[in-house]
Amino acid sequence: MASRTAGHLNGAEPVLTAHAVRRAFGPTVVLAGVDLTIARGEVVALLGGSGSGKSTLLRILAGLDGEASGTSVVRGTAAVVFQEHRLLPWKRVAENVGLGLSGADGPGRIRRALAEVGLAERDRAWPAELSGGQAQRVAVARALVREPDLLLLDEPFGALDALTRLRMQILLRRLRAEHGFAALLVTHDVEEALLLADRILLLDDCRIAAELPVDLGPTRTPDDPAFGALRRHLLDRLGVPTT
Amino acid sequence: MSRTTLVEAPDEVTAAVPVVPLRQRPARRWRRVVSPVALVLGWELAARTGLLAAEKLPAPSDVLATGARLSRDGTLGIHLLDSLTRAGAGLLIGGLLALVLGTVAGLLRLGDDLVDPPVQMARMLPHLGLVPLLIIWVGIGESLKISLVALGAFFPIYFNTYAGIRDIDERLVEAARTCGLGQAARLRHVVLPGALPSLFLGLRLAIGAAWLSLVVGEQVNAQTGIGFLMMEAREFSQTDVVVLGLLVYALLGLISDSALRVLERRMLTWRRGLRAT
Repeated sequence: MASRTAGHLNGAEPVLTAHAVRRAFGPTVVLAGVDLTIARGEVVALLGGSGSGKSTLLRILAGLDGEASGTSVVRGTAAVVFQEHRLLPWKRVAENVGLGLSGADGPGRIRRALAEVGLAERDRAWPAELSGGQAQRVAVARALVREPDLLLLDEPFGALDALTRLRMQILLRRLRAEHGFAALLVTHDVEEALLLADRILLLDDCRIAAELPVDLGPTRTPDDPAFGALRRHLLDRLGVPTT
Repeated sequence: MSRTTLVEAPDEVTAAVPVVPLRQRPARRWRRVVSPVALVLGWELAARTGLLAAEKLPAPSDVLATGARLSRDGTLGIHLLDSLTRAGAGLLIGGLLALVLGTVAGLLRLGDDLVDPPVQMARMLPHLGLVPLLIIWVGIGESLKISLVALGAFFPIYFNTYAGIRDIDERLVEAARTCGLGQAARLRHVVLPGALPSLFLGLRLAIGAAWLSLVVGEQVNAQTGIGFLMMEAREFSQTDVVVLGLLVYALLGLISDSALRVLERRMLTWRRGLRAT
């Protein structure tokens, strides 16, 4: 697996290019040659049933899997938000956000990142003192503070309750409008994908089975008839009966 | 009469509700003191009335008086210092060795394969049973006492270091990697703090084992130390000094354990938050 990170960014070049990514666990092939590009500022949702290898693909793109083959190039910086918040329990919120952060004005950047997720007041709290939604927002701040060109999101709201999930989706849309980062959103939630993504990729049978642009405009609601049509189409492709 | 109780009862109940837990806790704490105090008083009484022969078990007040006398003439201080020195030296040697080997075995697969099997085998030996062999190896001097303490302290620290490192959530290490932390930084920010609660547990068990080893070690040809004090007193049937020695050992254990608890609470503040939720 050749994985490299190029420092400089050229406007025309995609922020992520992956080619012929393969991964097998023993005799079980999970990814059989996946090609993927993400343009700058583009949000791509990766949809698939459980066990379809979508999280495996994200881990490979994040450089966390040394045993995959193929190439993957990230031009710029990438940050990851996992399904669990993965905050270090022995560090206060601000220290967690600033983990491994280098460069000038660290404390100021941490403060701004926490303010952006609405947790400016909790910088001295321990992770154990936060609710699930708050902890996940800190995890988002930890990714944001690195000013990533690409955000890799592995079912980031999957462990949250329905109401918190809706709020987090709105938060992510706002942050994306402000920062213009590209993102790969791994999810099994069709509505979430339709709300957040510019393009949806369907992972099925170890490869990308379908690609679908989402032309719903910046303000989307599930009440939109076009939204409903796309939703039915996607659920149909995923093998879920909608009638 | 019955009418007044009926009228008053609800007031009492509502007033009592918030007070009950506050009032009950100190009351329970005091209740737990009752039986130990009664035991000591009974012991004192039995000794004073001659029910307990003084050479079998002297009165607690006599033991305390002996303690005061030996502290004043400096005897207790000298022996205590020697015992503490042995315990400290043994703990330091055994503890450091355990820390290094436990870390190597916990972090590196090669270290695990090479270090862990012999340690697991040696663990099965009761280390106090090694006294005859140790006497042959290192003699009956100071090195015997220190070796025994070091052996006693080694195993709890080794196993808890090893387990502490192994039990660290792999997902946290991964998250630290995505934050750009290199190997050394991951060791410092993730592995060390993650293993710290386990290290504290190991240290507490090790200190307990150290005192136990000291009790046994100081009964072999010691010229100083609390154990020597007790052995010597036995020969002259000074039961009060023997009981005093036991008391000192118990106090040493209590003090070291409480000190470690305080240190633990300071260094593991984040766990208090964990318990509160």
